[in-house]
Amino acid sequence: MTAALHNATRISKRFAELRANGELGIVAYITAGDPSLDATLQFVLALAEDGADVIELGVPFSDPLADGPTIQRASERALKAGTSLAGVLELVHRIRQSSQVPLVLFSYYNPILQMGLENFAAAASKAGADGVLATDLTPEEAGDYRRILQAHDLDTIFLAAPTSSDERLKIIAGATSGFLYLISRTGVTGAKDSLPDDLPALLRRAHQFTQLPIAVGFGISLPGHVSVLGGLADAAVVGSALVSEIETASSPDAAAAALRDRVKKLKEAGRHGLSRREATP
Amino acid sequence: MVPLFELERAYEQAMRDPAFQAEFQYLLRNFAGRPTPLQFASRLTAKLGGPRIYLKREDLLHTGAHKINNAIGQGLLAAKMGKPRIIAETGAGQHGVASATVGAHLGLQCTVYMGTDDMARQALNVARMRMLGAEVIGVESGSKTLKDAINEAMRDWVTNVRNSYYLLGSVLGAHPYPTMVRDFQAVIGREAREQILAAEKRLPTHLYACVGGGSNSIGLFYEFLKDEEVKMVGIEAGGRGHGLGEHAARLAAHQGFTGARPGVLQGTYTYVLQNEDGQIARTHSISAGLDYPAIGPEHAWLADQHRAEYAAVSDTAALDAAKLLSHTEGIIPALESAHGLAGLIERLPHFKPSDLVIVNLSGRGDKDMDTYKRLL
Repeated sequence: MTAALHNATRISKRFAELRANGELGIVAYITAGDPSLDATLQFVLALAEDGADVIELGVPFSDPLADGPTIQRASERALKAGTSLAGVLELVHRIRQSSQVPLVLFSYYNPILQMGLENFAAAASKAGADGVLATDLTPEEAGDYRRILQAHDLDTIFLAAPTSSDERLKIIAGATSGFLYLISRTGVTGAKDSLPDDLPALLRRAHQFTQLPIAVGFGISLPGHVSVLGGLADAAVVGSALVSEIETASSPDAAAAALRDRVKKLKEAGRHGLSRREATP
Repeated sequence: MVPLFELERAYEQAMRDPAFQAEFQYLLRNFAGRPTPLQFASRLTAKLGGPRIYLKREDLLHTGAHKINNAIGQGLLAAKMGKPRIIAETGAGQHGVASATVGAHLGLQCTVYMGTDDMARQALNVARMRMLGAEVIGVESGSKTLKDAINEAMRDWVTNVRNSYYLLGSVLGAHPYPTMVRDFQAVIGREAREQILAAEKRLPTHLYACVGGGSNSIGLFYEFLKDEEVKMVGIEAGGRGHGLGEHAARLAAHQGFTGARPGVLQGTYTYVLQNEDGQIARTHSISAGLDYPAIGPEHAWLADQHRAEYAAVSDTAALDAAKLLSHTEGIIPALESAHGLAGLIERLPHFKPSDLVIVNLSGRGDKDMDTYKRLL
């Protein structure tokens, strides 16, 4: 991959490779600035090196409504460390000096709105981001947002939920580019022991309405969860489990080592998605 | 979004359903105690020497504040939608008590989220909610006040959306909440308009009400919107200073209060107190019910249209007003409602003796006795 590569294609290209190889991708979420932006740089490079196919950089927000306690605490730590959206964009630029891993900004809408859609999109694109997921922005309210981000070659990723009707899935898929983010269960982010029983049915339903790759998130923490998704989805999003490693590690170096270990195991499970895919009619 | 669409549909059906309306009216009358009086405040009027002042006595309602109007309406809606459980947030505790009351009355399980700072300053209401069988969950995150209680209630709702109804207490949140809560509170203004016409044979010149999220104020204002000659004034919490973090004044930049800009919080695009990076600010008010960084979007619109005016008064001014009302009328107001009265008092020089004012006395002050005791 070269730096000249069109921004928005980094995500699509990675998912195409995954499909070609019969692998389940790993989308790794961490909160930017937790505990510092320097540490986040180290973590992103470690994750990308050891198997993360896409990195989601969480932009910390004072009121993270969609997040459970683990990511709430990470946001608080990041904000205390002085992290701002502008700082996260600067981090994206630094990541791009040494990695071409697809990067998605995972943010609440207000910080983006306050920066201004045009300013934000131009800066994010210039820094080297590939896509944006604004958790609390619905497709109905996203007309300007989508137009402006698309003009800057940024993918617009929206969330679909288990409660989304067929009609709703169609609208969400229509507004989405890059990949569709499907929430595995009703609720907020956070590691859980098992995946919901109705997830396969939900995934089959979602596939009816989009050709886009589908990444499943919320509650996924273990290699076993990733294996279950093989043949059903294109990627698994792992967030709180990684953020927990950062929270409990004694130093950024120790956290980076723990993240490497975890993402390796998750990716290993993702590679075995192939056999599952072949076994599933 | 789908649960919000379902809610909107159920709400629209309920508004057209005569049986629902009959039950709502029955409970407002026989359970909550409506209509509430519109009382001429003769000694207060004489003492202030300004306009004639009437008090809309929402404080006399069951549970002690206007919040019961909306709680009954939405509680009936929850039951109609077949949800066995209601979730509520509360700041001052009045909406929490109202929700717990309606939950008990209708046989719905009730969980209330409340910031731990608010639980300390409104301890009486915490005890009342528990007495009514509700589960009260303290919220330790963020500023430990109303905003954080709403975050936590919304997290519960999205997790348990299939069996739970979110009974939001103010004109906040995503559509249809601001519309629905306004409609359930509009009874305040409908009664007040009839009552003032009966008592004075004319419309009031001014309406005053405090504005946190803005449910009691929109409830009073709404029926008068078409009466262009009636001036409407919403009073916010000016707290202890003009700097960000010192107040909860979203629409009072004209008085020097800083930090409010249009933004998105909890599903609403409105004026929000925030820093340059779009992080939501901490707020301060002596009144838990007004201590919130955003304002109901309809108030933002009324302000932009210049149909209503907004101003803020300090903690101290509210305390003085509470004391004055207690001494002159024999009514201990809630700290929230005292802000509305304080707003009127600060503008006394601008009134003519022929002016006629309705102040919404949205709640009673029992819950605030710990704060008031420190003044005695």
